[in-house]
Amino acid sequence: MGDMNTIGVSVKRKEDYRFLTGAGNYTDDVTLPHQSYACFVRSPHAHAKIKGIKKDKALRAPGVLAIYTGEDWAAAKVGGLPCGWLITDVHGQPMKEPLHPCLAQGKANHVGDQIAVVIAETYNQARDAAELVEVDYAVLPAVVDVASALKQGAPQIHEAAPGNTCYVWALGDKGATDKAFASAAHVTKLEFINNRLVPNAIEPRAVNASYARHDESYTLYVANQNPHVERLLMTAFVLGLPEQKVRVIAPDVGGGFGSKIYLYAEDVVLTWASKRVNRPIKWTAERSESFVSDAHGRDHATTAELALDKDGKFLALRVHTKAAMGAYLSTFGSCVPTILYATLLAGQYTTPAIYAEVTAVFTNTVPVDAYRGAGRPEATYVVERLVETAAREMKIDPAEIRRRNFIKTFPYQTPVALQYDIGDYEATLAEAMKLADVAGFPARRAEAAKRGKKRGLGYSCYIEACGIAPSAVAGALGARAGLFEAGEIRVHPTGKVTVFTGSHSHGQGHETTFAQVVASRLGIPVDDVDVVHGDTGRVLFGMGTYGSRSLAVGGTAIVKALDKVVNKGKKIAAHLLEASDTDIEFKDGQFKVAGTDKAVPFGSVALTAYVPHNYPHDKLEPGLNEQAFYDPSNFTFPAGSHICEVEIDPDTGITRIVNFTAVDDFGNIVNPMIVEGQVHGGLTQGIGQALTEACVYDKESGQLLTGSYLDYCMPRADDVPSYKVGTKVTACTHNPLGVKGCGEAGAIGAPPALINAITDALGIREIEMPATPERVWRAANKKA
Amino acid sequence: MKISMSVNGKPVSAEVETRTLLVTYIRDNLRLTGTHVGCDTGQCGACTIHMNGQAVKSCNILALQAEGADILTIEGLAKADGTLHPMQEAFREHHGLQCGFCTPGMVMSAVDLVNKHPNPSEETIRAELDGNLCRCTGYHNIVKAVKAASAKM
Repeated sequence: MGDMNTIGVSVKRKEDYRFLTGAGNYTDDVTLPHQSYACFVRSPHAHAKIKGIKKDKALRAPGVLAIYTGEDWAAAKVGGLPCGWLITDVHGQPMKEPLHPCLAQGKANHVGDQIAVVIAETYNQARDAAELVEVDYAVLPAVVDVASALKQGAPQIHEAAPGNTCYVWALGDKGATDKAFASAAHVTKLEFINNRLVPNAIEPRAVNASYARHDESYTLYVANQNPHVERLLMTAFVLGLPEQKVRVIAPDVGGGFGSKIYLYAEDVVLTWASKRVNRPIKWTAERSESFVSDAHGRDHATTAELALDKDGKFLALRVHTKAAMGAYLSTFGSCVPTILYATLLAGQYTTPAIYAEVTAVFTNTVPVDAYRGAGRPEATYVVERLVETAAREMKIDPAEIRRRNFIKTFPYQTPVALQYDIGDYEATLAEAMKLADVAGFPARRAEAAKRGKKRGLGYSCYIEACGIAPSAVAGALGARAGLFEAGEIRVHPTGKVTVFTGSHSHGQGHETTFAQVVASRLGIPVDDVDVVHGDTGRVLFGMGTYGSRSLAVGGTAIVKALDKVVNKGKKIAAHLLEASDTDIEFKDGQFKVAGTDKAVPFGSVALTAYVPHNYPHDKLEPGLNEQAFYDPSNFTFPAGSHICEVEIDPDTGITRIVNFTAVDDFGNIVNPMIVEGQVHGGLTQGIGQALTEACVYDKESGQLLTGSYLDYCMPRADDVPSYKVGTKVTACTHNPLGVKGCGEAGAIGAPPALINAITDALGIREIEMPATPERVWRAANKKA
Repeated sequence: MKISMSVNGKPVSAEVETRTLLVTYIRDNLRLTGTHVGCDTGQCGACTIHMNGQAVKSCNILALQAEGADILTIEGLAKADGTLHPMQEAFREHHGLQCGFCTPGMVMSAVDLVNKHPNPSEETIRAELDGNLCRCTGYHNIVKAVKAASAKM
């Protein structure tokens, strides 16, 4: 039975057959009897008073069932969208939380803000009628970037947030940091824009909401990463519905990257309206709507300084960041540039003093929230750009300066609240340098120079914190939700198993990885294990999938439930084998009396649990079905070294990535194939941020200039290379699987490695992301 | 207007509004929901199908333009007994898909690519897949899968 252990094996994915044959079931694929369709009327202005809405003409259009506006919403006395994390500012005051209405209340605050919803028999009818809704706007001046929004006299977006400021927050010891700077031998200072990004899962957001009058229940299909959280927020904080009456199903979900974590207005409006029209209502975003309604990512403006002694030892880091919140606070928008950002500023280094101050700013733009990496890419960009620049300024090899400052003993308490449990940063960097053939780089650079091309090499040694935890600490820091995970193991009478997990897979392959964990522990084939997720009607509870938490937190909940199954199984086996519970051991699918050859297989114990004729009824209930909740004791700390080599054509400004190497420490690995796939995808999103992607608003009008794939440059197959990936393993010390999380690593590590490579190639200090051919050409030719 | 065509080897006909897109007809009328809509503007390729043996983006043509055509969607690619097409099998073998949303269009484009370039180089594969966006895989394993499938097609 030893071959049932598939931990570390690249088992082919169980979910692939359906996706490859068109049998996947995404939200827009669900069409219900008596289906109706919704189209939203959205603000074409970035900032405008709504003087009036005329809907008579639209109401008379063919097929229209209902039209609702902000007035209907206010009359129904339902709430605004909640923010899930309360940040307390430097003066001990709560952050400003202006109303985040589901349908605009007298004022539109960004292009795309929901003004009204039209519900009709067909989507085309809803869309046609939406064009007949007449909205009388008085356009107001708009402000779209953080620096302008903080200026005296800037347009004010919310009365409840004077100066467009949501909060000013700080972390770290300012006194100690300032003192270290005063005595530093060298200070490196850089200013950064961390460019605003649009997550762009290829499946657009979609909702299909229905109401059953006979039992007053709701069913919501939604493209979402955490259906239980969606239900909790919607029922308890917005609509005031009984939680048990709402079933949220997130079926196959076509990518999330953070953007499908949140409770969105469309989800709530459709649920609310489904009772009013007593019909199922479906809405699927057109891509142009996704651009103006999915939460965006990043959008920081930062000034950062690193203080060093004469030997290149880091003494202190000082960071001032202005972070955009957009027009409203999205579900977790407030914690991204604070709890998930400033806490990571130690990176992999022993920097003894760190101080970070963050000003969160409202702008007339789509709300900003967690996007793959969420705060950690921004922190890594600050640290790794500073480190590389300092090395060049002090004429120290960039790998050497990192080695001089690496944390080498664990556990390590950083000056910014986190305690790293384990890692081996030197070994990870050494492995990456070997894979990238750094030793051969000077020769490659010289060869490229002969061809008139400029080669550069850049490093990035990132740290991330995954599986945000524990709940009590998060709560003390402002979290308004728990951060545990739940799992259930249902052993069927035949010994087959269904696993129910509160994690949600939208590409990560949980149906395979989680089945491997369960099958390996129970000593049964992977095919005997099915995984169910994404349905509040079937899964006990769940916090969902974000922040690379699924295996570390969700997987551990499953392991805890498995332990209960095995413990109960031991008692049943002891009864069958006429032995004491304590003498039974479970190995390779067999319950054995220790030191004897007496054994019963797992399948027999399962059958006995459900056909309990010969059964210890005095001590045990029948059945073999166990649940567990797991609240981690700490974050996990994946870390890695990424090395990027570029070749630039100074005549065209085109940057070609000739070599990208990533060596990551994700702890133990269950399915290497899936882990590598996560790295590839993350790297490509990171490269997208650094090389191609920029979300641009017009400064005057507040219009989104990059509102389609024609203008927003997504990385395509011919923009990126094949990658060299490797792993180093230090097992996480505080979860039984020893796993850390791998989903975001690439997006965190790649941008600074790439920009460090470009600045190296061109011999320049700074270049703004994305380093488009135009920017690179200008930089290359200014110097020449 | 009335339209007739062959979809996955079966004759179909229906009365549709003139503005009906081919993808809408396939998804809503025929309930073949394997063909996806990712961008509405012909940029992402999730809606790619074969029309008379050529890969086309079905969000960019009207159902009326497919009058009399032979249409192949992702549902018609595997054999009737469920055996996967070599391209589908290669995507599975090489982990060329994650969330699966771009996958049907990607596979249909990839089959067309190999039909046109029987033994494609990595450069050719990357250039030819330029019309299909994937946000999950970073293309690395898709390129591997297409290369592997080209040896078996």
